[in-house]
Amino acid sequence: MSVLPYLVAGWIFLVGVYGLATSRHLVHAVGCLAVAQSSTYVLLLAVGYRRGATAPVFSDIPPGTTVVDPVVQALALTDVVVGATVTALLLALVVQTRKRHGTVDPDELSGLKG
Amino acid sequence: MTRRARLWVLAAGLLGTAALFAAACLRMPPFGGTWHPYGDRAVAAAIAQRTANTVSSVNFDQRALDTLGEESILFAAVLGTVVLLRRTPDERRVAPQPASVPPALRRYAITVLPLALLIGLYVVAHGQLSPGGGFQGGVVVATALHLLYIGVDHRALERVRPVGLYELADGVGEGAYVVLGAAGLLAGSAYLANTLPHGTFNTLASGGTVPLLNAAVGMEVASAVVVLLARFLAQALEIVDEKTVDEKEEKEKE
Repeated sequence: MSVLPYLVAGWIFLVGVYGLATSRHLVHAVGCLAVAQSSTYVLLLAVGYRRGATAPVFSDIPPGTTVVDPVVQALALTDVVVGATVTALLLALVVQTRKRHGTVDPDELSGLKG
Repeated sequence: MTRRARLWVLAAGLLGTAALFAAACLRMPPFGGTWHPYGDRAVAAAIAQRTANTVSSVNFDQRALDTLGEESILFAAVLGTVVLLRRTPDERRVAPQPASVPPALRRYAITVLPLALLIGLYVVAHGQLSPGGGFQGGVVVATALHLLYIGVDHRALERVRPVGLYELADGVGEGAYVVLGAAGLLAGSAYLANTLPHGTFNTLASGGTVPLLNAAVGMEVASAVVVLLARFLAQALEIVDEKTVDEKEEKEKE
């Protein structure tokens, strides 16, 4: 089936969003966001895949060998870096939320405080 | 909105997204096909610029401006985390206590530390040749330093890791990337253009500006991860509420 890898990416995204929406703990929610984001890695690498091709690194293969798409691999790298930094920033926010409001359940954080 | 109503809205949204996504997938070029117009052009450009690792060529040469943006996101996120995880007036910093570590763990951590550090630096230096580069190698270098925390304790880590210096290195790495980009302008070309001599294909000095930008990114990522982990470790081990400290002191008096 030639669309299965794309559908897997979509499935991972939906699972992540479901977890995010039904989360009862902010750290769990951050983890779910990371899952939803990781679907983009699968999608990007699936888009760039070429049957019978090798990695786009020519240090040990002659130029002209068929390789997979390096552009989407570079995009996946960007994606990983941004994902990691966003996770760090969100976890820092969770630490502050716990300190200021005494809870990490998103349902209990409905009121404004100022 | 009640939890039940929210689940219904969620279900509608998820099903709608799933249907649209599946419909889009069916019209996509087939998985594993031979039609990759951008990939073919990127490979040709990378070989013309004598960069063996095409992914590095895309990141630090063909899309170097995008990587500047990516690096700035990293920089901004670290800045935000540092601000969020600072010590507030109602908190106190306590000195971390020495911790006992099983001798076997200590032995392995101390053995692996220099090895991991070397591998990290190797990955940064060979970014233009083999898989890896500044982002990947930088994370390995930063992780290697934290083996000291696992193998000895937090005090030992703090002795070899002056956070202020790493914060400075983070900024220098970011600044170096911006300045290297301006070198392209001075050479009479575009910002971040690869104007240096490209060298011999598949040697350490090949790729023009790619190894230099790689080193700048490696420096920034390594220091950024060190600073981030330092802030989180300080929250977990050093920074305590004043109330908890007072309660503890009262107990000790009794």
